[in-house]
Amino acid sequence: MVEETISLQYKIDGGDFKKAGYASSQIKKRLQKLNIHPKVIKKIVIALYEAEINVVAYAYDAVIRIEIGNETVKVKIKDNGPGIQDINQAMEKGYSTASSKIREMGFGAGMGLSNMKKNSDKFDIKSKINEGTEINIINYRINIKNENN
Amino acid sequence: MKIIDLVNKLGLEILSGENGLNRTVSGGYTSDLLSDVIANAQENNIWITLQTHKNVMAIASLKDLAAIILINGNKPEEDTREQSNIENIPILGTKGNAFETSAKIYELLNNE
Ligand SMILES: Nc1ncnc2c1ncn2[C@@H]1O[C@H](COP(=O)(O)OP(=O)(O)OP(=O)(O)O)[C@@H](O)[C@H]1O
Ligand SMILES: [Mg+2]
Repeated sequence: MVEETISLQYKIDGGDFKKAGYASSQIKKRLQKLNIHPKVIKKIVIALYEAEINVVAYAYDAVIRIEIGNETVKVKIKDNGPGIQDINQAMEKGYSTASSKIREMGFGAGMGLSNMKKNSDKFDIKSKINEGTEINIINYRINIKNENN
Repeated sequence: MKIIDLVNKLGLEILSGENGLNRTVSGGYTSDLLSDVIANAQENNIWITLQTHKNVMAIASLKDLAAIILINGNKPEEDTREQSNIENIPILGTKGNAFETSAKIYELLNNE
């Protein structure tokens, strides 16, 4: 089969919680038009939503790139921001540096990165202090018609 | 059970998303921590919370939740209400607290 890739790109700004979730909901609609299994779509958009929230909460801006191929859906979130000092610590459930304002909104449980990992078939995060953070997520595509194969 | 049945049985106030009142509820989740809800709420759950901002709707939509109940007399912000109407995911209100509200819903859903 010829590999056909659909590429999508979104730019998001830090700071504005009202706009967080826009890219995830657009991508959800887009994926629903392809015959990707709803469970796979849910994993992809949940991971992306957590990433969007982290950009809004901690970074300045970011670019999201989605590549929908025949086998996989790849999501890259690359931000300009302060970066993460200790990635292992940040990945721990419960670790958070969220401000009190962010906590009041119900963010800051320290679960976002572990939610992202849990909803990814492959998860990679790298970060440079004072430059930014890049997250790469791959999920295998299960098509609805192939469900019982 | 449908959302509308819960509304009638518990005397909940319909705050927005009326077109979604025929959604079916199966179970619920009570939490004010958004990433906890993202991790642990299940499709068609009713979500009991005091959070009123728009991200609540984003999560309800991404997780395909049945409805949201705002406890302690909380009201949704205007843009939360608008999003609820667009998504047809109802936001309901009660003066009761999270404990009482969860207990009553648990009881109703288990005696179905
Ligand atoms: N893009 C980012 N840039 C800089 N720091 C980040 C970024 N993403 C996460 N972090 C750091 O990692 C910590 C843990 O992130 P994680 O998403 O797991 O939890 P949280 O955002 O604190 O809370 P929750 O996601 O549960 O609302 C954050 O508190 C923050 O210090
Ligand atoms: Mg987070």
